Amino acid sequence: MSDLLKVEDLWVEGRPPGGKYTPIVKGVSFSIKPGEVLALIGESGSGKSTISLAMMGYARPGCRISKGKVLLNGEDVLALDLKGRRDIRGSKIAYVAQSAAAAFNPSMKINRQVTEAPILHGIMQENVAVEHAVELYRRLDLPDPESIGGRYPHQVSGGQLQRLMVAMALSCTPELLVLDEPTTALDVTTQIEVLKAFKDIIRRENTAAIYVTHDLAVVAQVADHIVVLYDGEMMEQGSTDEIVNRPSHEYTKILMSAIRQPPKGEGTHSDSSTATSIEEAISAAPLLQVSDVTAAYGQVTILRDIDMRVGNRETVGIIGESGCGKSTMAQVISGLLPPVSGDVSLDGNSLPGRVKGRNRDQLKRVQIVFQMADVALNPRQKIGKILGRPLKFYHDMDQARCKERVGELLELVELPRAFAQRYPGELSGGQKQRVNLARALAAEPDVILCDEVTSALDTVVAASVIKLLEDLQEKLGVSYVFISHDLSTVAAFANRIVVLYAGRVVEQGPTTSVLSPPYHPYTKLLLSSVPELRQGWLEDVMETQEARSGIAQDVKMSAVGCPFFDRCPVSIGGVCDTQAPPKRNVAQKHEIICHRQIDELLSEQEMAVGAAAR
Amino acid sequence: MTTNMSGPTETTASSGESDGKIKDSNLRLTTTAWIAILILVFWVGVAVFAPFLAPYGEGDMVSMESFKVVEESSFLGTDYLGRDVLSRIIYGARMTLGLALIATILSFSTGIVLGFVAAISRGWVDQILSRSVDAIMAFPSIMLALIIIGGVGTSLPVVIFTVAMIDATRVFRLSRARALALDASVMEYVNVAEARGEGVTWIMLQEILPNTIVPLAAEFGIRYTFAILFISSLSFLGLGVQPPGADWGVMVKENLQGLLYGAPAALLPAACITTVSVAVNLLVDWFLHRSSTTIPGELME
Repeated sequence: MSDLLKVEDLWVEGRPPGGKYTPIVKGVSFSIKPGEVLALIGESGSGKSTISLAMMGYARPGCRISKGKVLLNGEDVLALDLKGRRDIRGSKIAYVAQSAAAAFNPSMKINRQVTEAPILHGIMQENVAVEHAVELYRRLDLPDPESIGGRYPHQVSGGQLQRLMVAMALSCTPELLVLDEPTTALDVTTQIEVLKAFKDIIRRENTAAIYVTHDLAVVAQVADHIVVLYDGEMMEQGSTDEIVNRPSHEYTKILMSAIRQPPKGEGTHSDSSTATSIEEAISAAPLLQVSDVTAAYGQVTILRDIDMRVGNRETVGIIGESGCGKSTMAQVISGLLPPVSGDVSLDGNSLPGRVKGRNRDQLKRVQIVFQMADVALNPRQKIGKILGRPLKFYHDMDQARCKERVGELLELVELPRAFAQRYPGELSGGQKQRVNLARALAAEPDVILCDEVTSALDTVVAASVIKLLEDLQEKLGVSYVFISHDLSTVAAFANRIVVLYAGRVVEQGPTTSVLSPPYHPYTKLLLSSVPELRQGWLEDVMETQEARSGIAQDVKMSAVGCPFFDRCPVSIGGVCDTQAPPKRNVAQKHEIICHRQIDELLSEQEMAVGAAAR
Repeated sequence: MTTNMSGPTETTASSGESDGKIKDSNLRLTTTAWIAILILVFWVGVAVFAPFLAPYGEGDMVSMESFKVVEESSFLGTDYLGRDVLSRIIYGARMTLGLALIATILSFSTGIVLGFVAAISRGWVDQILSRSVDAIMAFPSIMLALIIIGGVGTSLPVVIFTVAMIDATRVFRLSRARALALDASVMEYVNVAEARGEGVTWIMLQEILPNTIVPLAAEFGIRYTFAILFISSLSFLGLGVQPPGADWGVMVKENLQGLLYGAPAALLPAACITTVSVAVNLLVDWFLHRSSTTIPGELME
């Protein structure tokens, strides 16, 4: 079969405003046959998105394609004029961006947006286009394919919107589909559902696809070939089997090592001595205690009856899907959102619910680090001022002492002292996150609330930030509440785990005890949804009971019964949906909130493993 | 992503070289900025040294003939009462630039403070402020000014205050909207400051103001020109600058008839207003450009 797309020696240059052009993609060549999926993988800044855009003859503002050929069916896309390029965009090559929420116009119904391209290109009449769209919805396993197109984008879930965006891209039956990090922003459980749909439809339509991502485990599921990029250069290229199982290039190996695999379900309960000693420390005197907290935004109750404690020098991981109330928890503890009822106490002293009610010392001891360093740092303040303010505010430092301390803080988070003179916009994502962290450290707190601090970062950078957090805990003895939807990161880092679902704690306990093996059906679902770095994992996981019943369901907040009822594979009708589940102690300090007995859950576990093996 | 070029050794990457350069280019004045500054400095100089520069007093009748075109005794001709146009323009600079500037500064400080307070505190504070502003804005501004000045009695402070308050409603709407937009786009640094325990003043001046300064500065340029025109309208109605005081706006209106006789008495002060408003807007443009290049990369895209 001849190549559908052939890229020869592609060079792209970019420049900062007013600066000189420097190459950002350096001589990349690859080819794709019809029905194949090629993955471009690398960190941010490796040029993978730039390459994928160049496939359509597009360069971002400030960039230009300086050299090379992009041959689609033998025709050079780069040689076409603007009109020629416009004709192939959408009709022959379609692009799926990372954020579906940003790619859809919120004020237009879905059908109109999905059918816009074929109607605009004059390929289809409106009624034919709509029929085709409905057919695509059906193939993408969307609920109510007949009527979903009549809704507005905010009326469907994130995973559904992501699939609808693929429907939009496929509406002209393009020959090449470019997917730019299409699942990166999604929860693991949603990611499975979307990946599955992508894979099926690519096979069925015999479309070629370029899949851009930084996640090797995801790539292993969908790609036939992999191109590894670093700093705009091709490091390695080969079949998925070769790259995943026998990587030859050093950089590919670094990428592999940055992936943290969650502990496997087969493990036994280890009674790790560190865990127990920390347990003892907590029961003696918890540093931070959250008791019976219920919190709400206006009329909508987000958190219900939360109990949680954090010990000295302890890391407590809070996990759950988006919308489960993880971030609200951080807001309540920090005093940004006063709880409706319940109490947050520090060292046994109750903290006032609002920031305004807390004194400076109480404020100083609990610091919060937000998820997006991009928006958490004021773009108009220099790093020196950002870090200097908490020093002055909490410690009344004078100018000279403050300047010295800012330097120390920067060194503490492994950044050069000269960064004090820079603006946040001049730093990379990982560097910003370090400054974000340094600001919290400036207060010399006892507890740092980390809200998804690594979620927006690449695997390699995220791993280095986690390493830093561990070092700082060692050095300063600070405790962390680490909020994340990324189970593998939490598993590798936290001493104890709190699993949240729909605003309630469904399980909590020492990390090893909670995860290996997982008891609660929801913990199981989360754990089994983390992509593994092996081919065929996606197919295997779809076979399991948890995945079948758990994915493609919306999280519902309910006041009665167990919130996980409608997604739970082992739910008991008439009980789980009407009665609040009891707390059960698996081991010391390991609680599960479920109607099922521990033994029942354990045997379910074995059944599931058995099913997967078959 | 194109701005983020660092690799796995990202902590040590790209130190130093770029930031100095960016800062320098920010401080450098462009040609247009120079022109704007020259014009403004010129007018401020004229306003300050008016008694020394003007050949006659601002109310002196220098000729028995009205709407005289250029001659040696009065360089730019005379107005409808036979007063020297040049002298009146020079004295008028004081009134026009000064009044409008004071009014605009007053309207901006009130508008911004109230707008931010409304945006930060939300709830009933926001409701009361916003609805009052809505009520004020429901009146045509010239009508409202007539009612207030008519009721209180005319004097320069009253005029300035009235113009400032009416303009402040517009500034209030803009600054409140901008502050809310920061919040809506989840600018977490505001939350960070709040969680730190900062007061409203710090959040307003240090976190929100610098990030809303771009649209507000643009608005300042426009509002200043409007204020000049608004005061002129009031003066024309007999409520602003009182005769024989000179004001460019007043001069335009009172000398309109002169156009019929081919006298430049109305055009000259109009041209002066134009130079000032062009200069102010050029300066604002330069400022906007300067501050937008301070944030490279994704925020501006």
